[in-house]
Amino acid sequence: MQPFITLNGLVVPLDRANIDTDAIIPKQFLKSIRRTGFGPYLFDEWRYFDQGEPDMDCTLRPRNPDFVLNKPRYQGAEILLARANFGCGSSREHAPWALLDYGIRALIAPSFADIFYNNCFKNGLLPIILPEETIDRLFREVTSAEGGYCLAIDLNNSTVMTPGGETFGFAIDPHRRFCLLHGLDDIELTLKHTAAIRDYENRRRVEAPWLF
Amino acid sequence: MAETLYDKLWNAHVVREEPDGTALLYIDRHLIHEVTSPQAFEGLRLAGRSPWRRETGLALADHNVPTTDRSAGIADAVSRLQVETLAENCAHFGITEFQMGDARHGIVHVVGPEQGAVLPGMTVVCGDSHTATHGACGTLSFGIGTSEVEHVLATQCLAQKKSKNMRVQVNGLLPHGVTAKDLILAVIGRIGTAGGTGYAIEFAGSAIEALSMEGRMTVCNMAIEAGARAGLVAVDDKTIDYFGNAGLRRPYVPQGERWERAVVAWRTLRSDPDAVFDAVVEVDALSLKPQVTWGTSPEMVVSIEGRVPDPAQEPDPTKRAGWERALAYMGLVANTPMSAIAVDKVFIGSCTNGRIEDLRAAAMVVKGRKLAANIKLALVVPGSGLVKAAAEAEGLDDIFRAAGFEWRAPGCSMCLAMNADRLAPGERCASTSNRNFEGRQGLGGRTHLVSPAMAAAAAIAGHFVDVRGLFL
Repeated sequence: MQPFITLNGLVVPLDRANIDTDAIIPKQFLKSIRRTGFGPYLFDEWRYFDQGEPDMDCTLRPRNPDFVLNKPRYQGAEILLARANFGCGSSREHAPWALLDYGIRALIAPSFADIFYNNCFKNGLLPIILPEETIDRLFREVTSAEGGYCLAIDLNNSTVMTPGGETFGFAIDPHRRFCLLHGLDDIELTLKHTAAIRDYENRRRVEAPWLF
Repeated sequence: MAETLYDKLWNAHVVREEPDGTALLYIDRHLIHEVTSPQAFEGLRLAGRSPWRRETGLALADHNVPTTDRSAGIADAVSRLQVETLAENCAHFGITEFQMGDARHGIVHVVGPEQGAVLPGMTVVCGDSHTATHGACGTLSFGIGTSEVEHVLATQCLAQKKSKNMRVQVNGLLPHGVTAKDLILAVIGRIGTAGGTGYAIEFAGSAIEALSMEGRMTVCNMAIEAGARAGLVAVDDKTIDYFGNAGLRRPYVPQGERWERAVVAWRTLRSDPDAVFDAVVEVDALSLKPQVTWGTSPEMVVSIEGRVPDPAQEPDPTKRAGWERALAYMGLVANTPMSAIAVDKVFIGSCTNGRIEDLRAAAMVVKGRKLAANIKLALVVPGSGLVKAAAEAEGLDDIFRAAGFEWRAPGCSMCLAMNADRLAPGERCASTSNRNFEGRQGLGGRTHLVSPAMAAAAAIAGHFVDVRGLFL
């Protein structure tokens, strides 16, 4: 996994609450057996006017000019600013894969759905939770900014800095931050505890033999 | 210290704990389907790893399978490759798979309990958010992503933070014609799609105790639609009877002395009387009515006696914008009575409502009647091959066919339209599934979530209608 340490990135604002993972990456693209290649289909039903199909060449598809990802000023965005309960619904990890494949490295919202939030950390995508008032302010600043609006994220210090130099701290689980900073493979970490897992199994075999 | 059911299940599965509270949680049952597993198996191969306990896995391809004639296999090449990939991976790693055509095949969340592969006291995971279903059996069950699927395969464990405890206490009994589906839709309407985020929800109270095991599965299935990864119901006589009923023969259920010991342990799987919950929501069952969603989130729901809400009445600007967008997408006008909304298609099935009791409830409404002239397609998709066989033995298939429904083979079908069963743009569907998101049942499709009886009634009337009047 690619480590996440700092990022100074262009922000794209997506002003809708309860964005579900079906919207982030529609079901037909989940037929892929790969982890990559989902970026062109990110928010497919909002980004294009026609029906997207797997392996379709998206360069010639009719784009919805009103959808924020299609606006010239937000091209190259690496930070997605969103509303509450982002990533609700299906557990599909294709959602963080699609965001990453598109080029998004961090998400900022007042809240995230649990499974999606968890999936982000497994892929080096940083979901940042900030208070509702701060999010409101960031939306206003991004949309009213002349030219590109960038935020500077520092995971080590758990801060987000605005172009004006104002800094917001964010809370993040220490274990998750450590793994993200070092790009650590979770499985490798767990396998360090092989003996503990075996001990647990030996105990359970006696307590609950019907499970073995 | 007094513990909740969730606390008990959690504590029994902690292998070790980090100082920050991150626990390594042991997993007893790993359900696997074709959509969220290929990249996990690939990761396993690339790292040269093998499954820790392959016998804890049970795999089924349910999302991509056709529900019509299967003799020629799967026509869609991309779908076919995904289903074949699951078969190859299961063969390579020695994991049990029920393949399409096997009588035991079906939707993973219907088959798990049906086979006794999900048992009280277990931790159950699957790369699928509707894994919450199995909490109805007194298990700790939740959906995971593909990285975690690989993690469970490789280590039999997951690194997890404990959730908070919420109890949804449903007092009184559900009125006639009001079902488990109406109950959970009403709860979601009340607490919102993020109301349960960060919580495990235990459903309790006299209305939950009175529900059948299948009804409890419907309730827990949609805990995720309230934002909670896990839903739970305490073990009682119904739970024990569900697994112990000799007539039903669930092959994975322990036998003899092991069964006796298991039952003693399972009887303890209930919250202690003085257990403390971080949040409690009380619901009066008697006040509930049949529910119909009007928008593009399960929380956008009213009773059949209600009307499409008016966004102008909503003070919160983000919420108001969401309502306006939902009405535009759904092609609805504020203040329209729900019973005035005509439907084009009807879908009865899914891991929420594809079990035998669901089909019986729908058949009772349909019996001796015909589809309304405006219904273009009405599908009944049993949740598994065994549900289908049971329904056919009772003659339910004949009732549905005589009314003009199509009687299909089991799978996820039009719940998420990954196979050929889907809505065309603008088509409106009365659906017993779990999500009414934009595009969920097909690009531009308009989904209204309802109970099986309400879907059946809409099929007969041609529009939403209160099933309690004419039909029951």
